[in-house]
Amino acid sequence: MMRACLGALVSHWRRNPVQLFAYLAGLALATALWSGVQAINSEARNSYDAAAATLSEGQYDQLVARSGGAIPLATYVALRRSGWMVSPMIEAEVRGVRLIGVDPLTTPVSFGVGDTGAAPELDHLFANAATARRLAGVAPVTVQETVGPNMAIGDIGLVQRLSGAAGLTRLFVLPDQPVTRPALQDVAPGLALQPSGQQADIGQLTDSFHLNLTAFGLLSFAVGLFIVHSTIGLAFEQRRGMIRTLRSIGVPLRGLVVLITAEMLFLALVGAALGVVLGYVIAALLLPDVAATLRGLYGAEVSGTLQLRAEWWLSGLALALLGTAAALAGRIWQVARMPVLASARPRAWVMATAARFRVQSAGAVALLAVAGVLFAVGDGLLAAFALLGCLLIGAALALPALAAMVLSGLQHRARGPVAMWFWADTRQQLPGLSLALMALLLAVSANIGVSTMVSSFRLTFVAFLDQRLAPELFVRVGSKNESAALRQLLDARGLEVLPLMSTSTRVAGQPVQVYGIEVGPTYRENWAFVDAGADMWDRVQAGAAAVVNEQLARRANLWVGDRVTLSPDLALPIAGVVGDYGNPLGQVVVAAPVYATLYPDDYPGQFGIRTSTPDALRRAIMDSVGLPDSAIIDQAEIKALSLGVFERTFTVTAVLNVLTLGVAGFAILMSLLTLADLRVPQLAPVWALGLTRRTLGRLELARAVALAGIVFVCALPLGLALAWVLLSRVNVAAFGWQLPMFLFPADYGWLGAYALVAAALAAAWPAWRLMRTPPARLLKVFAHER
Amino acid sequence: MNVRALALLLCLWPLTLAAQGFSGLGSQAGDAFANPVCGTVLTFPRDHGPHPDYRIEWWYLTANLRGADGTDYGLQWTLFRSALRPGEDTGWASPQIWFGHAAITTPDRHFATERFARGGIGQAGVTADPFDAWIDEWHLSGTDFDRLDLVAQGPDFAYDMALTAQGPLVFHGDNGFSVKSEQGQASYYYSQPFYRIEGTLTLPHGDVAVTGTAWLDREWSSQPLSEDQSGWDWFSLSFDDGTKMMGFQLRQTDGSAFGSGTWIEADGTTHAFADEAMTATPLATSAVAGREIPTRWRVTLPERGVDVTVEALNTQAWMGLTVPYWEGPVRISGSHGGVGYLEMTGYE
Repeated sequence: MMRACLGALVSHWRRNPVQLFAYLAGLALATALWSGVQAINSEARNSYDAAAATLSEGQYDQLVARSGGAIPLATYVALRRSGWMVSPMIEAEVRGVRLIGVDPLTTPVSFGVGDTGAAPELDHLFANAATARRLAGVAPVTVQETVGPNMAIGDIGLVQRLSGAAGLTRLFVLPDQPVTRPALQDVAPGLALQPSGQQADIGQLTDSFHLNLTAFGLLSFAVGLFIVHSTIGLAFEQRRGMIRTLRSIGVPLRGLVVLITAEMLFLALVGAALGVVLGYVIAALLLPDVAATLRGLYGAEVSGTLQLRAEWWLSGLALALLGTAAALAGRIWQVARMPVLASARPRAWVMATAARFRVQSAGAVALLAVAGVLFAVGDGLLAAFALLGCLLIGAALALPALAAMVLSGLQHRARGPVAMWFWADTRQQLPGLSLALMALLLAVSANIGVSTMVSSFRLTFVAFLDQRLAPELFVRVGSKNESAALRQLLDARGLEVLPLMSTSTRVAGQPVQVYGIEVGPTYRENWAFVDAGADMWDRVQAGAAAVVNEQLARRANLWVGDRVTLSPDLALPIAGVVGDYGNPLGQVVVAAPVYATLYPDDYPGQFGIRTSTPDALRRAIMDSVGLPDSAIIDQAEIKALSLGVFERTFTVTAVLNVLTLGVAGFAILMSLLTLADLRVPQLAPVWALGLTRRTLGRLELARAVALAGIVFVCALPLGLALAWVLLSRVNVAAFGWQLPMFLFPADYGWLGAYALVAAALAAAWPAWRLMRTPPARLLKVFAHER
Repeated sequence: MNVRALALLLCLWPLTLAAQGFSGLGSQAGDAFANPVCGTVLTFPRDHGPHPDYRIEWWYLTANLRGADGTDYGLQWTLFRSALRPGEDTGWASPQIWFGHAAITTPDRHFATERFARGGIGQAGVTADPFDAWIDEWHLSGTDFDRLDLVAQGPDFAYDMALTAQGPLVFHGDNGFSVKSEQGQASYYYSQPFYRIEGTLTLPHGDVAVTGTAWLDREWSSQPLSEDQSGWDWFSLSFDDGTKMMGFQLRQTDGSAFGSGTWIEADGTTHAFADEAMTATPLATSAVAGREIPTRWRVTLPERGVDVTVEALNTQAWMGLTVPYWEGPVRISGSHGGVGYLEMTGYE
């Protein structure tokens, strides 16, 4: 009995393979993008965790050279011999792998090694299998999967030998210190203490990046669920007759409900499983670019190889099944309540009443109102994302009613019966297509919003790079003597020199970097300010004012005219707030003499140099000051590197854009295909009145393009609003900087063209099928007239 | 130091002191290390310095102290050297590893701490002339071996002491060649047991001025124990009449023991005594760090008329360090009165 029932149910899919495909593909796509993005996120997070566990970074206070260079071994020994319990660490790069050398006798840091049971050896490196392969031939490597990606750990002596490092990179300050020890300044004035809390947490820095990815995933998931929802609705409508017949011949309602539920969930599971596989492929393809972006932007190491982790594939499956179950529940409820003898006439489920539009519109108005409130009073990252959500969903819900109004207007302006029928028929189809159109709206507006943000960021960032990297050469010195010798050399040549001194400290309760600079033409000409007072640079040069970056201004609410307290004796008025897109920390910039009174023992550890002959100068510096090649950086290299990072980010964004647009196009295709059969009775009379099948097919195609056009017109302002929220709200909350918004009309034009093409492509097959519909089938409509 | 780093650290040591317990001291030394030879004449100040061709070596100071209020204290300062392979090298490539232990024992508290250092970089080491033994900011140093300054500190205690030798160096065994087992394991072993010591202990409740006597042991070897020895009980006893006695028994895994020692006259004249001349019998044990440890002993040396009870000043003088052991001051009563130090290792 059940067998027969099941056979009857399954026969529906056999007769409607396209519907089955839509159901499975919708679920697969929804699950694929969601689980793909989650896979990337979880891989990144696991990498951060592994790195953090390997290095205990941020857990201990650290000593670093003020100049940013290496710490001499003698300084380490002097500290130990004065009672400072510190442990040395060397970081170096060999074959692109980050080598970490520690002294196992004193290190407080958990190695992530030593659990092997076998005796580790001093002349072995420890790394995970992938990294170990890259280090083949460098040194013996013991494979230890707990070591973070792209890093290897070993004895400090070994790492020093492999890398040729001249000194130590940093010193960990151990938690247990003896009863007495001298002040750091007295033993090692060249070192600065970085309290553990002030070290940037990679997880925090990258949060917003992952949030962006998650938003993309969620969007695609929502679009995919639209497809599933509409397919389930259609399948139930078409099976009403069958269900009635089955009930009439005695199949118990409970058994039928269980069967249908099981059948739909089984299919959902198949679709979701396909999606997970697809998601894995997407993630594996995108991961290298994402890893490169994260490394370039934040210095975060992310494994380039993807692991199948339960946290993402299970969450993908679960979400897909939950979404299906939610869509299913309403339909099952209808089946359960359906009287056995109700009419089996397939109600055109797509013929939603005006009431449904009204409910949707009310929801849209409510959501947009909430968005308005959030826009006015919202603060913080959560509010910004809530604003985004309300805006997007509200606009999507408003779309059908809006489109109906537009179509109705067009119908009234139409000349001739065919045109009038065309618009009226389009409007009549709106309910059936509304979900697909909403999906297209979301995809297009997300495209506009995200690409506007990313492109605006790029323009601003490139300008910022030009401004900050104006000096052609950038030199780092390791000692006061080198600093003085370099200065002498440069002054003798009459070059413009931008010496830089910096110290980590706290200002207004915020961790900041204080910089001492010599104000020169380069600063005056190149620096771009968010806000600046009159004679700004003159006042800074005179030591009467300071410049802060936007991050500090926003976090501490210190703006032009406010005073920033640098020491108990020194508070300077702020003369300018400078846009800073290179780091998340706050900065205070003062004139060198002011800096010298704050930190009398410090000396310029970094120099920017303006020169027209960077190569010749580079050689001169190496020869006469004796600085190593690695201490001198050609700014063009940095710029190229930074821009390279951005290209990677674009790749990721572009791929996600194409994918979401593809999913939306697919939604349209599926809606049109599922509608096609229902449309035959509506088209038959028009055909009978003299329109050829070819004309009808062309009109179908035109209809899809027209609808896509309407959607695009709606998506443009929505996308720009989205971009504004991302630039002015999300960025401020996540990074502490507001980005100016640039418009890219040509890009939008192309996007619009893509959307129309996607819609045309989606409609092509249904239109082609329509053209090939046998006249007999159209005639039957009249024969079967009820 | 966390457990994982510790695990690595321990594996670093061929000595594997803690990984295998003190019985590890009996593991076979590599052929490359030098071994003590009977008849070698020790020369000074050279031999106050390190002997990097031998696997292990220590500068081991213990002191019995008394405050102005009559409270007894004990103090320990030890610098160990352990070699991964014989010889010395510069920088991080040095095969020498140094570790220091420092402790203060009061009647009711025991403070202990340790330090680790790599050889070759200057963080720890010993020079013979002028004498300077150091690890981090701790040091035992002076212009010569007879007048030394002693400094050490931990998170909750510190001391700053001055030592003055009141007698000559003392050589154990056969002119400093000290046999440790019937199979012939041996070490070079000499002491300076005649230091007068004074200085300041810094304790959580404040500084305490103290005076007393100190005993410095110097020992180096490549394989001090035989493979069937699991630990030792070591006594350094200073009697009220000016005589002193160093005695130890190395416990065998079969329950027997190998003993040896030196009787030291007040003028520094020494008489080595052989296995079985001294007896050391536990009279009472205390629960210390989750194990039972003898903290009251009967020690006899019939040939010198010694029959004394040796009792810990503080039974909880447990050195809960990377290599754990018991080390603390003792009081002597019976045929002789006096004070001393007791070290017990290998109690699992």
